[in-house]
Amino acid sequence: MKKELKVIGKPIPKHDANIRATGKAVYGHDIVMPDMLYGAILRTEHPSAIIESIDVSEAKKLAGVHCVITAEDVDVNNIGYKRDHPILKTGEANCTRDEIAAVAADTKEIAQQALKLIKVKYKVRKGIYDVQEALKKSAPQINKFISGKFENKNTAEIFHYEHGNLEEEKKRSKHIVTRKFTLPRMTHACMATSNITASFNLIDKKLLLYSSTQVPFLYQRDMAHALKMNPSDIRVIQPVIGGGFGSKLDMHPFEPICALLSIKTGKPVQILYTREEEFIASPIRQPMEIELTAGVDKAGNFTFREINIVKDNGAYTSWGATTPFVIMQAFSSLYKVNAVKFDAMAVYTNNVFAGSFRGYGNPQATFALERVIDLLADELGIDKAEIRLQNANRKGETTGQGLHFETCGLVECLENVISKSHYNKKKSINKEGRFKKGIGLASMLHVGGGAKIYRSDGCGTILKIDPYGYCTIITGSNEIGQGSETVLAMIASEELGIELKKIKVINTDTDVKPWDVGVHASRTSFVAGNSLLGAIKILKEKLNKKASALLKSGDSEFEYSDNKIISVKSNDSIALDKVVREMHFSEPNELAIADYFYEPSSKFQDKDFKGNVSGTYAFASQAIEVEVDTYTGNVKVLDVYVAQDVGRVLNPLLLDGQIEGGILQGVGYALTEELLMHEGKILNPNFHNYKMLTASDIPNIHFSPVETFDKEGPYGAKGVGEAPLIPTAAAIANAICNALDLEFLDLPITPEKVLKAISLRNTKNNSKINSHSL
Amino acid sequence: MKKQLKKNKPKIEVLHEISFTLNEKQVSCKIKASTILLDLIRDVFELKGTKPGCHEGECGACTVLVNDAPVNSCLFLAVNANGKNITTIEGLTNHDGSLHPVQESLVNNGAVQCGFCTSGMAMSIKAMVNHFENSHHVPGEIRNDFPTRDEIKKFLEGNLCRCTGYVKIVDAAEKLFAKEEF
Repeated sequence: MKKELKVIGKPIPKHDANIRATGKAVYGHDIVMPDMLYGAILRTEHPSAIIESIDVSEAKKLAGVHCVITAEDVDVNNIGYKRDHPILKTGEANCTRDEIAAVAADTKEIAQQALKLIKVKYKVRKGIYDVQEALKKSAPQINKFISGKFENKNTAEIFHYEHGNLEEEKKRSKHIVTRKFTLPRMTHACMATSNITASFNLIDKKLLLYSSTQVPFLYQRDMAHALKMNPSDIRVIQPVIGGGFGSKLDMHPFEPICALLSIKTGKPVQILYTREEEFIASPIRQPMEIELTAGVDKAGNFTFREINIVKDNGAYTSWGATTPFVIMQAFSSLYKVNAVKFDAMAVYTNNVFAGSFRGYGNPQATFALERVIDLLADELGIDKAEIRLQNANRKGETTGQGLHFETCGLVECLENVISKSHYNKKKSINKEGRFKKGIGLASMLHVGGGAKIYRSDGCGTILKIDPYGYCTIITGSNEIGQGSETVLAMIASEELGIELKKIKVINTDTDVKPWDVGVHASRTSFVAGNSLLGAIKILKEKLNKKASALLKSGDSEFEYSDNKIISVKSNDSIALDKVVREMHFSEPNELAIADYFYEPSSKFQDKDFKGNVSGTYAFASQAIEVEVDTYTGNVKVLDVYVAQDVGRVLNPLLLDGQIEGGILQGVGYALTEELLMHEGKILNPNFHNYKMLTASDIPNIHFSPVETFDKEGPYGAKGVGEAPLIPTAAAIANAICNALDLEFLDLPITPEKVLKAISLRNTKNNSKINSHSL
Repeated sequence: MKKQLKKNKPKIEVLHEISFTLNEKQVSCKIKASTILLDLIRDVFELKGTKPGCHEGECGACTVLVNDAPVNSCLFLAVNANGKNITTIEGLTNHDGSLHPVQESLVNNGAVQCGFCTSGMAMSIKAMVNHFENSHHVPGEIRNDFPTRDEIKKFLEGNLCRCTGYVKIVDAAEKLFAKEEF
């Protein structure tokens, strides 16, 4: 018998939305500490150069300047996923972001003025901005800090994966399609720019950081390694975070730089990026070339996929280098496929380095895969919806890579969007005239129950109820605006029968909260939710025991409702706060407190990248209708039909927010957003020239949650955060191709590219006609 | 309420004295000619609700009302505030801490995620409300001068948001007008 839920599933606004909507939330930009200084960073003028000398003497003399540091002044370790990234650069510059010196001053203005007084002598070199150039034998080694693990000196990382018999599957394929796709640099463009406030206490040698990191415990450890400190002497407090989307998964050089300025001066120091700095120096989505060859047999079953990916690593290695973990999941396991051979290589160049970005490589992979699936369907003369349904993953399946789908709503997602969008009617509507409409389909598979890429994918919770009947959840998990705090409060409210306003969530302080791996991989509601449920179970055992004693009934089964503990058998009840007081004040005198560490059932993958890496998996399909203006090349996204296997809807209001926000980011990725680079420099570091979408660009979004009730998830829920943007660009590209009967291999599909493709076809057709008429 | 900008100026600059109304209170201060309204509000009057998103008039996070009209406070020289009526997000909230209907609608419609754009969004929506409040209306007659959904979207084009995809923000504005509770 299923208990009816009172709170879970209700459209409850984010619990601190009122604080945020009144301007009372304190973000990193709002922190002011007594005697605080402002830090600023001097970056290289040239993306590739020998640094012959740095003269900071004039800067040091400026009134109001407290400290100027260069690499010479600090004793630190390299940072980054492969520890190949010096915090301050010396000897040479390899990337337009390179930090040469840093200043701490009384005001932001003085700090900026001081930067102008630093004289750096450069000997400009010819940089390497193309991965193929970097792979040439004659190319110089770009990053000098790597061990030479790979044959080529500019290889940063290599991934190889395979399953099935590739050659056999190739032989029995009826059609084979090969395409090479190019994916652009996209930037997070969080509304709050990067920021940090560091305060080193000279007396007890402890470092306090107000940081927007998404992974405070890994960050604490990374910071300690960088500064040669003990991690526990570093306390990380997260202020309200103005957007994450993966950008704060890595620790970036400005953060230890700020700490160093504070250590040197003994005063708090704050660094706030300008918007231009944010565009230039914050991480991006990985640019890459994906070559995909895929086959289909005569019955329409997918036979094999062979993938070669070359990623531009930039000058240093971030977590972004590990995106092939996720990319290979899409290729190995989205739709059934018998054989897969996957190779990915990250190559050092003098370009900017990437980080992690919502979807973690999956939007790139899904774009390539779903485009090729359309082409295979065309080759075979089979309907594009049909081929997807036929090959869709099913419940109970274990894929070639070892991902196990205990639940799987892919067929339902596909059927939903095909039917709601009237796909079958719209796919062949009249394509005459200036405005051509088209419709495209794409699906996605993503981790939905965390991702075990670190030794633990766990999350700790400490739960307490106070003598006034209020509940405090101290969770290891983080809030970056997505609303996980609210979901946790809802779970506690549901289970403990306490109203939401009596529930507090504490989650910002590493000195207080228990360990958690961080906010990423769409994991928070799933992992932190399960962790909280575990703690609630333990706490309830204690409370039940006391309630039973107080009620003198000997009952063992209780319900929690309206701030009361109610006996199921007798219906006798006692106030929750009273039970807590009695726990505290009568023998055996114990606290109403419990702790729990939840570790998902997922496995760390073996060296061949096989294994069930997530507690559960999320699926989604989108059918997107577009209208292309063939005179201007403009693409208007009209309707987005989206169905997503969310396991169970925990809060429809917040879920909608994730879906809609993700889709618009996906539309931007498909049509407008690209960080343009020329010889290592970013050409459009501002909102005027980097085209983020506005309110006028919203398509009509028709969302249907698909509930599959996964037994691993809290109340059956799966992770939802990244999924909405993953198939969007793919579905839009398929729709544009459907509208114009043309192919696009690159994102974003700008008006310029659309017009070029149309005019190229016209020229070809004309020349054909001409040759015939001759 | 008299405060000075940070000390420790490397060179002497002429200061200008200005007086204006800030969230219904009369205030005055001495500022440099180059001071922008955003910095005056945040650093001198320590009202941190107005957010710095780009400092170049592109993102709208710092939107405040100057005589009821929305402006990007990062592009507005503070000396031009002299004699004017400035309203920030703090001035929108009622004195007892209860939310203005604009804020309430944003909260209830799920329009707030990270919240960094929210102050600016709220002020832009309030500006829209002012516009229609001030328009001619005969009691008892059906109003047909409400903005359409497309007009709301157009009005909010100057306010960027990276989290929500704008849908819930436009919903919040639309429902506010439908209720006529402003």
